[in-house]
Amino acid sequence: MSLALYVPRDSAAVAVGADAVAQALLQEAVRRGVDVHLVRNGSRGLYWLEPLVEVQTPQGRIGYGPVNPADAASLLDAFLSDDKEGRLTAHPLCVGVVDDIPFLKQQQRLTFARVGIVDPLSLDDFLAYRGYQGLRHALTLTSEAIVAEVTESGLRGRGGAAFPAGIKWRTVLQAPGSEKYIVCNADEGDSGSFSDRMLMEGDPFTLLEGMTIAALAVGAKQGYVYVRSEYPAAEATLHQAIAIARAAGYLGADILGSGRAFDIELRRGAGAYICGEETALLESIEGRRGQVRARPPLPAVSGLFGQPTVVNNVITLATVPIVLERGARYYADFGQGRSRGTLPFQLGGNIRCGGLIELSFGPTLRTLLHNFGGGSASGRAIRAVQVGGPLGAWIPESLFDTHLDYEAFAQIGAMLGHGGVVVFDDTVDMAQRAREAMRFCAQESCGKCTPCRIGAVRGVEVLDRISGGEQREANLQLLHELCETMTHGSLCAMGGLTPSPVLSALKHFPEDFGLPASRGAA
Amino acid sequence: MIHDAEVAAAIEAATGRAGALLPVLHALQDRIGYVPPEAVPRIAQALNLSRAEVQGVLSFYTDFRSTPPVQHKLRVCMAEACLAQGAAALQKQAAERLAIDPSGHSVGGHIESEPVYCLGLCACAPALMLDGRLHGRVTPAQLELLLSELDITL
Repeated sequence: MSLALYVPRDSAAVAVGADAVAQALLQEAVRRGVDVHLVRNGSRGLYWLEPLVEVQTPQGRIGYGPVNPADAASLLDAFLSDDKEGRLTAHPLCVGVVDDIPFLKQQQRLTFARVGIVDPLSLDDFLAYRGYQGLRHALTLTSEAIVAEVTESGLRGRGGAAFPAGIKWRTVLQAPGSEKYIVCNADEGDSGSFSDRMLMEGDPFTLLEGMTIAALAVGAKQGYVYVRSEYPAAEATLHQAIAIARAAGYLGADILGSGRAFDIELRRGAGAYICGEETALLESIEGRRGQVRARPPLPAVSGLFGQPTVVNNVITLATVPIVLERGARYYADFGQGRSRGTLPFQLGGNIRCGGLIELSFGPTLRTLLHNFGGGSASGRAIRAVQVGGPLGAWIPESLFDTHLDYEAFAQIGAMLGHGGVVVFDDTVDMAQRAREAMRFCAQESCGKCTPCRIGAVRGVEVLDRISGGEQREANLQLLHELCETMTHGSLCAMGGLTPSPVLSALKHFPEDFGLPASRGAA
Repeated sequence: MIHDAEVAAAIEAATGRAGALLPVLHALQDRIGYVPPEAVPRIAQALNLSRAEVQGVLSFYTDFRSTPPVQHKLRVCMAEACLAQGAAALQKQAAERLAIDPSGHSVGGHIESEPVYCLGLCACAPALMLDGRLHGRVTPAQLELLLSELDITL
């Protein structure tokens, strides 16, 4: 008999020992003369259980975690015992049928439907799980019809700005240009975010399919994926996936015999946070310093090499296939208000059960932190949560009942951004966090506009004076004026949103700046 | 010129690509670990750019280096999720253990330490990268073990 085992290849699983676990299991199997079929899948996103080993059984895939290489022998004992039923689940690391774990079962996995389940580089797996169905459907539609489908689905840019994808695509479709381009922004630099990485490592064909549909929609023949250099595994996986898709006729001069051409080239970033900003990213692909361009013109009108360009984030593009496969209505039925569909939230930092939680828009932040996350890892009270990356606002406990949708977050002066949620307990010093926001901006500013380049440097200095008790009133006034200049005067979101973590920290946690508690709310 | 063949190969590998400068620089650095200053005019000429343009790109991106790589490179993630889980203490521990100076180099120059802002391991914090290998949920004891396994005299 052959045992079907799964041990993730996901970077975070590997970082906590998945490679060693896979090797130990194989060695133990060889020692016993057992035939093992080992799949290196993506992660299910239950990171507190990684490395999570799964075994295929008639009841479904049963999981064990977190597994050490030293557990290999006892795991094989369980997998191979006569009394399989009992022994399988009696193992101390057994977490039961993985699909039934509440953390997973209570999610609505649309974009991440295949991640953790399939072999990321098996085209057969991908096709068996409804892969390329969206593309096949798109090939029967006109460009206008594809754009209309995406527009009606309500899909908005998942990279942070939440701009409606269909409207962006329509602009590119209608813009005159000798060439058009699809650019995938895989420069997932926002701290606390890892859904792009998980998807590229765990289900790369979905991204390629989404880009190909986008190409059909706007009439592009060339696409680029710009991956940050901090993600070598994602780059390697995508590289292989592109070659496999090309060999099978899903990319290239004649996609599935349709006569339509589209191909994708990978580009590696070089350690600049600002290249996650779309115009800086375009500059970088063109071979220049990653400096922001003034808008207008929008990239949709004049983007890569001066041509109309769709720039979308990984998750946006990877969500397109399910919209085309199941229809706009199916996707739009998830979510609430103007936030349609699902968002893959990423829960990290000081949290007991961190990981990927794809949910319809709507539940509260508290649900995410407590029902899914199980509270802080340290066991102390959660004091502050940053949502949406280093440019996102800090949210105090009193606002944890805010609903997770774009508009509700905008109402409290925050943003969902890319869905990254970073948790701090009550040992956090918020003055330090505010200072760090300014310092990070000063370090990563592209230098093109003055409010960001100089404002961030001055911001650090002013914050230091406030924390040091130096002319507090005057310096607070100055900080607010500086933040206003940065917000309204910066060319892009880097300088424009840096005031958000600074001012929210000051507003909700004034005592950390040496101010009376009532002071900040003013 | 030293590394003549590698520079030629890096240029060759990116021939025909639009906006080829970053791919060329990466290809060269993948081969020899850095972009030697004497390669700049050669790359500029091949891509029909000015030397200033090539130099400007080299200096903008933190990944590119103009000096040969050192033996070991440590990158502790100092982004929010890792800070929430004790990254600052890990960084301090490493700096003390390896006698890292403010420029990020160890005494003797065998180790370079440079913070990184997010490795995407935020649910397995704190995280670090040592010589290209990722480590998550790093404890002080584990860091000590990793550092003691480096083939250098501390």
